[in-house]
Amino acid sequence: MNVVTPGEKLTAKDFTSDQEVRWCPGCGDYAIVSAVQGTLAELGVSREKTVFVSGIGCAARFPYYMATYGFHTIHGRAPAIATGIKLTNPELDVWVVSGDGDALSIGGNHLFHLLRRNVDVQFLLFNNEIYGLTKGQYSPTSRVGTRSPSTPMGSLDNPVVAASFALGSGARFVARSVDTLRKPLSQVLKRAYEHRGASFVEIFQNCIVYNDAVFSSFTAKDLAADNQLHVEDGKPLLFGRESNRGLRMKPDAFELEIVTVGENGIVEADVLVHDEKNHLLASMLAALQPPAFPMALGVIYCDPAPGYETNVTAQIEEAKANSPAADLNALMRQGHTWTVKG
Amino acid sequence: MPTISAVEHDGSKSARQPLESVVVRFAGDSGDGIQLTGSQFTQTTALARNDLATFPDYPAEIRAPAGTTFGVSAFQINFGSRQILTPGDEPDVLIALNPAALKVNLATLKPAGLVITDATVFTDRNLRKAGYTANPLEDGSLSKFRVIPVDIARLTLEAVKDLGLTQKEALRCKNLLTLGLIYWLYDRDRQPTIDWLEKKFAKRPEIAKANIAALNAGHAYGETMELEGTVDTYTVPSADIAPGLYRNVTGAEALAWGLVAGAKLAGLKLFCGSYPITPASTLLHILSGLKHYDVVTFQAEDEIAAVCSAIGASYAGALGVTSSSGPGVALKTEALGLAVGVELPLIVVNAQRAGPSTGLPTKTEQSDLYQAVFGRNADTPLAVLAARAPSDCFDVAVEAVRIAVTHMTPVIVLTDGYIANASEPWLIPDADGFAVPPVEFRTDAESFHPYLRDEKTLARAWAVPGTPGLEHRVGGIEKDFDTGNISYDPENHQRMTDVRAQKIACIADGLPPLVPEQGNKKGRLAVVGWGSTFGSISRAVSNLRDDGVDVTHIHLRHIWPLPSDLGDLLRGFDQVVVAEMNQGQLLTVVRSETLVAAEGLNKVTGQPFKISEIEAAVRTRLES
Ligand SMILES: Cc1ncc(C[n+]2csc(CCOP(=O)(O)OP(=O)(O)O)c2C)c(N)n1
Ligand code: SF4
Ligand SMILES: [Mg+2]
Repeated sequence: MNVVTPGEKLTAKDFTSDQEVRWCPGCGDYAIVSAVQGTLAELGVSREKTVFVSGIGCAARFPYYMATYGFHTIHGRAPAIATGIKLTNPELDVWVVSGDGDALSIGGNHLFHLLRRNVDVQFLLFNNEIYGLTKGQYSPTSRVGTRSPSTPMGSLDNPVVAASFALGSGARFVARSVDTLRKPLSQVLKRAYEHRGASFVEIFQNCIVYNDAVFSSFTAKDLAADNQLHVEDGKPLLFGRESNRGLRMKPDAFELEIVTVGENGIVEADVLVHDEKNHLLASMLAALQPPAFPMALGVIYCDPAPGYETNVTAQIEEAKANSPAADLNALMRQGHTWTVKG
Repeated sequence: MPTISAVEHDGSKSARQPLESVVVRFAGDSGDGIQLTGSQFTQTTALARNDLATFPDYPAEIRAPAGTTFGVSAFQINFGSRQILTPGDEPDVLIALNPAALKVNLATLKPAGLVITDATVFTDRNLRKAGYTANPLEDGSLSKFRVIPVDIARLTLEAVKDLGLTQKEALRCKNLLTLGLIYWLYDRDRQPTIDWLEKKFAKRPEIAKANIAALNAGHAYGETMELEGTVDTYTVPSADIAPGLYRNVTGAEALAWGLVAGAKLAGLKLFCGSYPITPASTLLHILSGLKHYDVVTFQAEDEIAAVCSAIGASYAGALGVTSSSGPGVALKTEALGLAVGVELPLIVVNAQRAGPSTGLPTKTEQSDLYQAVFGRNADTPLAVLAARAPSDCFDVAVEAVRIAVTHMTPVIVLTDGYIANASEPWLIPDADGFAVPPVEFRTDAESFHPYLRDEKTLARAWAVPGTPGLEHRVGGIEKDFDTGNISYDPENHQRMTDVRAQKIACIADGLPPLVPEQGNKKGRLAVVGWGSTFGSISRAVSNLRDDGVDVTHIHLRHIWPLPSDLGDLLRGFDQVVVAEMNQGQLLTVVRSETLVAAEGLNKVTGQPFKISEIEAAVRTRLES
């Protein structure tokens, strides 16, 4: 067991359990678990107050590898279980780890309600655009035409953009990162942790076995700089090898376009400045798809509001304040009663 | 504490006929205030110290068109000077406030029963809406009954005419006029209802006045009839009831309070995650009003989320509860498997209704016993209890908490629409006087693992997040018996499957000896029942025994595991009949567990067993 002297500074290793890791060699999940362990150590959180909850899938194996409390539950239902945990003990730091199938297919309804209610958990969606655990069927995030055992001629249904779904569900924190981008990922995780209310983080995760390189259009070494837009609150939306390409609103239409600073009279002031609290901008950024546009990464939207569990607890406290002497025996004797004499 | 002593009856009135028990059925349009009339009559009857049982019978449609047969709402009460256990088979009196109510309810009325109707509303239009081609008040079709057509609407308008109400408001007082008439018929005191009206309409005294005027007018109308000698009047003397403080309680209330009491004794916060469904929603509603008792309620997005949130709550150290009806419990199935696998306490309330699928959502049936006992993939045992009556829900809820926390297991509690919504007098217990052991969470890190078991109860250690040094992972994947870590080992799976089964089986070791409700421990015939058939079986058996018939009534609260002495007890009878409102579900379980050749007595009409049906079935078997 994990016995730690209080006050001792925990390291990434202290957040690593003794369980044998069962992911395929080269799976993007390794990088993510390592980033999470490192980030928790940097955040200085306590192990006993941290709970990882997951559904089913490769990604959902995650809690076994963390030396915290962990609950590996059933396919798609982790948000509901996490809600019960958080409502019972709001003091706990609850993280949910889910795959694209777990979160958006079987569990889509629960994720929607978790976000809408704004339950204070960190929801990490490991998006590999495939069902890994069940051996490679296409998923709700797979692009049209994805060939898989169940779609040998290519998938036909339109994929969902996870971040757009989250924004549409009322999420008040929406961020994105990539499994191998250790530093940006860690930053996003920290922001998610600090955010009160539900934080939704989509992590593009490479499934080396069933969907290798599916994100290469913006993660491949030679393409990354020109196809990743790392958004930062208050900073211009610039990207590219020379950081001279930017986004602006088209003057004649309600849509974004790419411009190059220094060309056609464009100056940096023409480029849109990121505003985390702007829902409309966040929706536009979330919807951008390579190769026409860069993939927006980082904290796309953050506009905190009290978490559901805070409001639930406040109501209970209010009820208690209104009737301080809650006595069940008295309650049962309220209203019409009558005595039968012996 | 507002307690009221039983009302004294002065026997000085004219020759009222004493009755041992009476069944009255109020029926009318959903908008006629039938349930309110029924509940007022119930309160007054309880004050008159009669024993009683009630059955509210709501229409399935929420806002059915006025005057139609599917919009008819009814409330039945059986009250008497002897013990009353059911709302009664056949009404002695039917109050039918419109043609549709008459049409729907006449079939159950006793021969020569009394029909009171509002003659004003038997218009051509209303008759047509109810599906009558001729006016039954005129065509002789009611000749085998005693019919009192009263111009209820007209009399009501007359009674309140000086109070400045609109016609619509005035007509809303119709139900009070009816109530006044029934009070007169059974010699009931009007004062408690008058007090109640004054309190309820304190802000609108003119409405209170109008209702009281209608109540008094109904009573006066009766007195006039009495003077004219048109109708007999009755009195129902008080019953011999155990002394103490009483109230009326519905099953949903008793269940909610029992859960709160059990959780408090166990020292746990109560969490209820639920999704609305008839007839289970009332439990959620009641618990939602008990926040000051440290109750957290959560209306989830569906039944799956409801049970999962409750499992999450138990994982975090609360007592997780989820409630639904059969279709919703079906959705919870996979999560129940998780709760069994991770061995957490959980209470699942199933207010059963008639199925399959949506079936007859407002009708009573006991057809989810297989679902409760067997309805999961794999070998996934859990405990199942059944409540027999509204007030029994309190004790069953406490017992469910005891089993759940003592053995770290989900417990399914079966009730039904009748139990949940019907009310009966209840000798109020001391909520602190039940034996539920306080839960001790594991805090000791020394040689801890999450599947360490108590030798006697086989319960695993309950270590909740937030406890330093006990960080651990649990999940649906099979665990190693000795470490709690994931294990794919075949022998270990055998061992874990066996221990999960033993853990549930050993619940039976802690049960008190099974004692028949009535009759001898050996004999010619035993009727075995469970759940809400209690009242009918009990009365039928007592009638038969009064008649010298050798019959015993055994009623089961513990459905799974069955009491370990059930087999021996049943083997003492020549015949065993399992009476239930399904096609023989407990029967199968009893036969397979005890190897006793029991036979079934079954009914699935959505209506409770009639006492006479059970009596007849027993007599036939004993005579053949
Ligand atoms: C009720 C249920 N249905 C189906 C499955 C099978 N199943 C397990 S994981 C999974 C999909 C996993 O995909 P994803 O969530 O994307 O996770 P990944 O393995 O890719 O990390 C499926 C269909 C299951 N375990 N439970
Ligand atoms: S199948 Fe894919 S996602 Fe699953 S462990 Fe292997 S590489 Fe990772
Ligand atoms: Mg996936």
